[in-house]
Amino acid sequence: MGNFIINRLLFSVPLLLTISFFSFILINLSPMNPAEVVLQAQGVPVITDELIAETNTKLGLDQPFLIRYIHWFLACMQLDFGISYVTGQPVWSLLGPAFLNTFKLTFVSVIAIIALSIGLGVICALREGKRLDKSVRGVSFFLTSMPSYWLAALLVWYFSVHLDLLPTSGMDSYQSYVLPVTVITINYAGIYFRIVRSSMLSNLNEDYVLYGKACGLSEKIITLHILRNSLQVAVSVFCLAIPTIFGSTVVVENLFAWPGLGTLSVKSILSRDFPIIQAYVLILAAAFVLFNIASDILNAAMNPKLRTGL
Amino acid sequence: MKFFLNVLKDKLAALSLCIIVVTVSVGIFAPLFAPHDPEEVHMELRFASLSWEYLLGNDHLGRCILSRLIYGIRPSVLWVFVALVLSVSFGAFLGFIAGYFRGKTDAFVMRVCDVMLSFPGYVMTLALIGILGVGLENILIAFVLSKWAWFARIIRTSVMQVAESDYIKFSKALGVSDIKIMVKHIVPVALPDIAVISSSSFGSMMLQISGFSFLGLGIQAPNAEWGMMLNEAREVMFSRPEFMLAPGLAIILVVSAVNFLSDALQVALDPKLMISKHKLQGLARASAANLQGKEVA
Amino acid sequence: MMNLLEVANLKIWDRSTGKVIVSNSSFQVKQGSCLAIVGESGSGKSVTCRAVMRLNQAGLLESGDILFNGENLTRLSEKEMRKRRGKNLCLIMQNGMRAFDPSCVVGVHLKETLAAHFGWSSGEITAKMKHAMESVMLKNPIELMNKYPHQLSGGMLQRVMIALAIVLEPDIMIADEPTTALDTISQYEVIAQFIRLRERMGCSMIFISHDLGVVRKIADEVLVMKDGEIVESGTTQAIFSAAEHEYTRYLVSTKLALNQHFKRIMGGVHVDPR
Repeated sequence: MGNFIINRLLFSVPLLLTISFFSFILINLSPMNPAEVVLQAQGVPVITDELIAETNTKLGLDQPFLIRYIHWFLACMQLDFGISYVTGQPVWSLLGPAFLNTFKLTFVSVIAIIALSIGLGVICALREGKRLDKSVRGVSFFLTSMPSYWLAALLVWYFSVHLDLLPTSGMDSYQSYVLPVTVITINYAGIYFRIVRSSMLSNLNEDYVLYGKACGLSEKIITLHILRNSLQVAVSVFCLAIPTIFGSTVVVENLFAWPGLGTLSVKSILSRDFPIIQAYVLILAAAFVLFNIASDILNAAMNPKLRTGL
Repeated sequence: MKFFLNVLKDKLAALSLCIIVVTVSVGIFAPLFAPHDPEEVHMELRFASLSWEYLLGNDHLGRCILSRLIYGIRPSVLWVFVALVLSVSFGAFLGFIAGYFRGKTDAFVMRVCDVMLSFPGYVMTLALIGILGVGLENILIAFVLSKWAWFARIIRTSVMQVAESDYIKFSKALGVSDIKIMVKHIVPVALPDIAVISSSSFGSMMLQISGFSFLGLGIQAPNAEWGMMLNEAREVMFSRPEFMLAPGLAIILVVSAVNFLSDALQVALDPKLMISKHKLQGLARASAANLQGKEVA
Repeated sequence: MMNLLEVANLKIWDRSTGKVIVSNSSFQVKQGSCLAIVGESGSGKSVTCRAVMRLNQAGLLESGDILFNGENLTRLSEKEMRKRRGKNLCLIMQNGMRAFDPSCVVGVHLKETLAAHFGWSSGEITAKMKHAMESVMLKNPIELMNKYPHQLSGGMLQRVMIALAIVLEPDIMIADEPTTALDTISQYEVIAQFIRLRERMGCSMIFISHDLGVVRKIADEVLVMKDGEIVESGTTQAIFSAAEHEYTRYLVSTKLALNQHFKRIMGGVHVDPR
């Protein structure tokens, strides 16, 4: 088990390095000259070649590619992602709080998603083919086909404008969480609900369930066994849900003016603030890799076949 | 072919296919179906309600909403489909090579896929838009570049399963050429799998692209696109929420149809899924992989 | 001798397609005797046995009477039926590897079952199981109980099921092709345990198999099924020497032919024809 974790972590090092390299060249592939962007953002009226050269030196852009990468990488390791082209603030001072805000939103949403999809998945699997199962599946199917921003707009219109119950935007109190979390949950719970349900169903037909019944075990005990086995599958999927949702709150954040990574990244894209985009990509990819590892480890810990074989 | 005919026996699946076919043909022949020019501004008709002349009313610039909806099919559905086809073909090509020849080629392709897939879908797309700049073409390019790895990986798995089967080994032992085996034996078996995964990501791709347009990262005014129309409607959402309806329902209808068809395909494939039912571990991986493609907008 | 189990006019069909799987079959198991059900796969053997325990999937419907000790099992409530399962009617599954929850150690199932029927404490259960497992030639029983199913062999798990049956002391034991998934040596060991079990406990048994060699060794009576129908029944002796139905003769003769063929290939090496 210990070896497995170490192996997995060691294996991720080259992957993380590749990712960082990738994030770095990504920005260098841009057709726009960064110096120009900086000057434009600073409102310099006439951009001359000298000014560009001067800015290049200031930003260290005149050095060879590999040197710049190494400098950048070492700085990144200390959370120094450079300075925003637009506002001139350090990137981390913008990204850090945004990261935290998005994390809060994701965390609450993921909990809601897990609770909803496990609850419904288990109930529907136990009542397979009955009316409840069919209607839950139908509704979830419909909701996954709905654009989140449309759903969000409907909810805002009804709860905030019509009933005046909840705030339309921002992140001021716990009430601000209600609408964004609802939208994310409704959009994603359908997918995870289906996974839990089908995993439960495939377990229901296993031989061990039949043998358990043949030995006279109660429904409750048998259901617990089925749950235990189905949730093994679900846990690894839920682990991946965290980074997936983390990376896809963009639309919802922008809609509700949530001061998180999604809002920040879209703003940066529109103003071509490359250092922020770069750091955003790097941080999210790294988080994704780490969560992947966590999911593998958790999965191994729960599955005796893997655990004892390690 | 028989497989696809079987799918259509399901009435809802047939209906879904009808919806898709109608949408696509209306989109292709948009000038024939649209009653007006989608970009023609009539300031005197701002926010006009439904009329015989303008069946779905007029928007904030007095443009015909129905015509905009019809022209919007092109970027919202047709171009997404083109991006999907490109991405799937590229992924399928690499997946085939990796899954069939294995060895070093496979290892290399899969490592590249690993790197590509370690960027969550949205982040990758956003990063590429960030570099290439705002616009529909750039979003589509970003989609092709960020999705192929996922297709490659799934197609590789399905090709590998076939390639390891006895009859392929037998053909190989008989000295049948690799290309012939691929074309005659592997492609027909892997094709339904490819149909299922590409159709299941088609829906979410449409949602994502309209989402990006909604954020103002996609197609630029005055072009019509469903997400864009919703974005315009959002500005008057509090006073005239009814403007959200038409484009929103159009998206829901088409995406549901696509999702439904993809589900029907999957159900038709079920006997095959049942065989590997006991590979729980495999199931976990498959569903995790499935999720990557199933990001919702 | 009195009949322990009487099955009368049992019919099983599929609810959705209406396809009849077992039609109108009746048979009896006498107290202390062993009834073998033979037939090709798909002939309805397993479905018949599961019907006796009322364990078929919800999609299968059944009609007819199943009298166990004079009590009609088909009329019992699910709760009453659950009490009978394991304690009175005990099932031995075909594939030991899949019969235990893969994410729990084997002992968990044993403890849950015995606690449900007898309410024993963990210590009592361990002591009783240890004794029973030793009697079926399983070494280090305590250690085995703390292992996961994938760490044991199919034959061992089969014997764990037999050991559990020994502790449960059922009136009738239903073994659903218990040797099919095993290699020859494990088969031999498991069959030996079945024979010893019958000698020692004197419980009745339904033994499903398509291995006529095994059937001949263990069964007192034989039931031959084909396409969901009972085509012949009688004592083992009668079936093997003078089968009346053509299908039975075919089964017996193919078995003999196989044996002879085997002998020929082996070049006169003596093979026990059983």
